[in-house]
Amino acid sequence: MSFQCAYELRCQECNRSYGNQPLTICDECFSPLEVFYDIDSAKGIVTRESILAGPANIWRYAALLPVPKGFQPDLPVGYTPLVRAPRLAARLFKGGSDNVYVKNDAVCMPTLSFKDRVVAIALANAKNFGFETVGCSSTGNLANATAAQAVRLGLKACILVPADLEPAKILNTQVYGARLVRIDGNYDHVNRLCSQIADEYNWGFVNVNLRPYYSEGSKTVGFEIAEQLGWRLPDNVVVPMAGGSLIRKIKKAFGELVQLGLVEAKPVKFFGAQATGCSPISVAVKGDTDVIEPQRPNTIARSLAIGNPADGIYASRLIRSTGGWAEDVTDEEVVKGIQMLAETEGIFTETAGGVTTSVTEKLVRQGRIKPEETTIVCITGNGLKTTDALQGKYAKERAVKPRLADFADYLKELDSQSHQKEEIYAH
Amino acid sequence: MPIKVILPTAFTKHTDGKKQLDSNAKDLAGLVVDLETAFPALGANIKDEDGKLRRFINVYVNDEDIRFIGGDGYAFQDGDEVMLIPSIAGGCF
Repeated sequence: MSFQCAYELRCQECNRSYGNQPLTICDECFSPLEVFYDIDSAKGIVTRESILAGPANIWRYAALLPVPKGFQPDLPVGYTPLVRAPRLAARLFKGGSDNVYVKNDAVCMPTLSFKDRVVAIALANAKNFGFETVGCSSTGNLANATAAQAVRLGLKACILVPADLEPAKILNTQVYGARLVRIDGNYDHVNRLCSQIADEYNWGFVNVNLRPYYSEGSKTVGFEIAEQLGWRLPDNVVVPMAGGSLIRKIKKAFGELVQLGLVEAKPVKFFGAQATGCSPISVAVKGDTDVIEPQRPNTIARSLAIGNPADGIYASRLIRSTGGWAEDVTDEEVVKGIQMLAETEGIFTETAGGVTTSVTEKLVRQGRIKPEETTIVCITGNGLKTTDALQGKYAKERAVKPRLADFADYLKELDSQSHQKEEIYAH
Repeated sequence: MPIKVILPTAFTKHTDGKKQLDSNAKDLAGLVVDLETAFPALGANIKDEDGKLRRFINVYVNDEDIRFIGGDGYAFQDGDEVMLIPSIAGGCF
């Protein structure tokens, strides 16, 4: 492998160094550990050209990620499309806008969510630390990503999920042969149990004892946004928040690119999106505090249903320090958001994406996001996994006889129904 | 009957390997004092500048987050099982 930026775990609060090991908590002050890099050593070595010469996936940024020496990545994760979204923008702004983009991780490979990015980095480290079994606590997407990528690396997987998870996400984990354990509780119960299991079993839990490495994978969303915008930073980023990690790591990525001189420094506002039924970070931002009051989740946006978000403190602080804001939307608005993105841009996202799209609309209405500003809407998962959310939204159409005349009649019938609907809406 | 307190592995460096203790603490503030008495090295590390339990340490009483049942104001009941678990997060931004 070519140049790799030196990295190690450090406690953010007391600055104690821990080298590299499967550890997430400082055993002196019990604060979280973070991966620190010697970014300056990469100056002049990691360049736009060196990145461009890399593969069309997250590994093009391997020099800026905690990838162990000797690890040979073979899975083309990430480098998802950043698409201009003029039709969505026309819905958002009266005069439209050419400056709205969707970062589309609904098509992130191999399991159709941004979690493939974090799992790729976590499992590279799991292999390096010699774990034979890996696992995670998950609201679904992470379960899918861990199960699929574990197979690819010849690791056993044990996945813990809340019992009420969407059937598609459960099936999409079991199909890879992973051991799946449904826990009678919500995500916060599952996560707490996993931290105890990680203490007792010699397993690599991607979001527990491998978490500092795992979460660095989210930086690749930020690297890609900047590169795909033509090596510049946007004005606004709208990010869904569950644990609150992704939004932080996008900011960290932007900061590293600035430090390396690959993009010009500029203020970027970070906006967080949550469902009202689970909105502890949004509540904290609105209350101008970084004290997170935990909530009992009650929302269809299960992939964001973390009532006690581990990175909530940092996410709230970050959002407020950048001049951004956080908003939350009802389940009804979540569904409308899914439909709006699909109808305008041809992107079918899961409930979390419905949250992000509807929150973006709300932020525009509040005047916090303006048409002349470059705005990135981060879509993190695929709608095929949460089709339950759309149950009953579309009528089952009657079958039409295979004759041209019947087809023509049927079209007329549909047209008249839609006219009637328009008239109802107009009144 | 005292409450049963379960400590995470991260604490064991400061508790001679002990992961459990019984306490007669009446509430969370009392528990912090008890922990400090039993394990002086741990006591210094789990408190913030106001003498309260650091905010990265979550407390569960019989599987329920203590913040849902009154937080600092919750009065421990006989036989409560109290678990301390550090929050698993990232770090700086």
